[in-house]
Amino acid sequence: MAGHSHFSPANVEEFYEFTPEARKRVITAMIIGAVLLGIGVFFLGSGEHEAAHAVAGHAAEHGGEHLSGGAVSHHESPWNPLNRLWVNLWMNGVFFSGIAVIGMFFVAVQYLAKAGWSSVVKRIPEAFPRFLYFTFPVLLLLFIFKGDVIFHWMHHGITDPASEHYDKIIAGKKGYLNFTFFLVRLVAIFTVWIVLWNMMRKKSIEEDLNGGTQNFFDMVRIGTGFVVAMGISSSLSAWDWVMSIDTHWFSTMFGWYMFSSWHVTGLATITLTVLLLKDKGYMQYVSDSHLHDLGKFMFAFSIFWTYVWFAQFLLIYYANMPEETIYFLERWEGHNKVYKAVEILNVFMNFFFPFLIMMTRDAKRTPIFLKICCFFVIVGHYLDFYQMIMPGTVGPHGGFGLVEFGTVILFASAFIYVVSTELTKASLVAKNHPLLEESLHHDI
Amino acid sequence: MNTTEKYLVGVYDDEDEVLHAVTEVKGKGVKIEEVYTPFPIHGLDTAIGHPRTRIPIAAFLFGLTGLTCAQFLINYTMVFDWPMIIGGKDFFALPDWIPVTFEGTVLFTAFGMVFTFFVSNSLWPGKTPKTFDLRSTDDKFIMTINMGTNKKSEAEIEEILKASGAIEVNVKQF
Repeated sequence: MAGHSHFSPANVEEFYEFTPEARKRVITAMIIGAVLLGIGVFFLGSGEHEAAHAVAGHAAEHGGEHLSGGAVSHHESPWNPLNRLWVNLWMNGVFFSGIAVIGMFFVAVQYLAKAGWSSVVKRIPEAFPRFLYFTFPVLLLLFIFKGDVIFHWMHHGITDPASEHYDKIIAGKKGYLNFTFFLVRLVAIFTVWIVLWNMMRKKSIEEDLNGGTQNFFDMVRIGTGFVVAMGISSSLSAWDWVMSIDTHWFSTMFGWYMFSSWHVTGLATITLTVLLLKDKGYMQYVSDSHLHDLGKFMFAFSIFWTYVWFAQFLLIYYANMPEETIYFLERWEGHNKVYKAVEILNVFMNFFFPFLIMMTRDAKRTPIFLKICCFFVIVGHYLDFYQMIMPGTVGPHGGFGLVEFGTVILFASAFIYVVSTELTKASLVAKNHPLLEESLHHDI
Repeated sequence: MNTTEKYLVGVYDDEDEVLHAVTEVKGKGVKIEEVYTPFPIHGLDTAIGHPRTRIPIAAFLFGLTGLTCAQFLINYTMVFDWPMIIGGKDFFALPDWIPVTFEGTVLFTAFGMVFTFFVSNSLWPGKTPKTFDLRSTDDKFIMTINMGTNKKSEAEIEEILKASGAIEVNVKQF
């Protein structure tokens, strides 16, 4: 608190410099990711051959019984090893779109609540949605060209009564799950996100130049609009991009479940970015009270995720209806138990770890604890998305190999590069934010 | 009460003044017992030097107790005393019991914290509250000095309080 009293508006502007060395490091990481991915893809075919045999043998032993609610069991054509690449790209695309859009959601919520404390950190989440410009084409192209690899309902002839692949349940969902309508929703969701973010970003940068309160009230309005849009689009994206993979199955909790997973990952990413910038000597006005609040956010939303995850699980477990329990059974016991470890890690890393580590006040104020926790939450929720998407798409052909590591390194370094570039475009502190003074004296 | 406690009560007019007065009075070696204000003042706790509350630790322990009690109750009734199969699940159906365990934890924590707070602040039925100055609920800021814990003389302390901006200094005995 003491340091803040000397903070004068004269030296308030602070620009992040994306130095050539940092740029080089990120690009090196990107190249490493790409090389790993390339090697992984190259070896996919050879390694897959034996695995496929093993699985075929296994299936034969059990009289061909399948524990799959997803697409895999209905694949009549031979497995194409490259599918794993497309699915990985889709998974990371969805995961990182989430982190990016949560940046906007965080800012929108702060404006909607007219919160003062967060105005010193708000430029960080504000830069995240720039990455939507990169995940949008990835998801769009994957859906158009490789949609049938990812989505069960896109398989050829599945809604055609004359076809041998006809599936009555999926045919009943044709009104919602069809190529055109899905494409319209995909484009609409991203357009709304990107347009609203652009409006917000423009107002925010304008505020630095002009001052006054008009921009603040405009941003409150944009933020309110975005929260409403997010309420609808978060559920739509969860149903479309993830839940429709397991087309036979559905859960009324799923929209919340995926949103909460995105949200807590986004909060962890915001906290981690603030901490890393602080380590580099930027944002010294961010005090341990701000970190405490960010930590509380992360702590609370880890519990919120657990609550939603458990609510979904408990209802299905308790009602014990085969068409619903298949979802968890597939992940717990199906596909030669490839996904069992991920299921256990999911609950451990996303609930017990942040819950016990972040419980005390001191932990939320200690950067190293926060960093460890952020890391666990981000990796944990990567695994959460992994277990949402993989069993229904690649099924027994899944696992953790060079393809997985390569893709995630590629996406993460691209995210760092894009966000770092975006951060240089505006002062790290919104110097004319009407509530900045309150934030500088934040004390809890 | 067989012993009487004697207090010097400094009355201040302004929240900034009382905040500065706390540092000033403390700097002159006077031990402040408490400051009563009509509304919370940021930084007052740290200025007086009150230690941080240990109620979170109590809360954690109450929570553990609640968790254990809930688990004991449901295990005893559903597994040992009168085993029942419900919904085709095992006797020991842990997922079903998570809500009960959660409720037990929260209940014990909430009640435990409230009663700990009452006890540690000597708030029990029939207790006569120590009211130093009724105006601390209106527009005045009250600083209380316990004469039993201070070595300085009454006159000296009165002088210090007046110098720090107190508009009046009263003597209060309980």
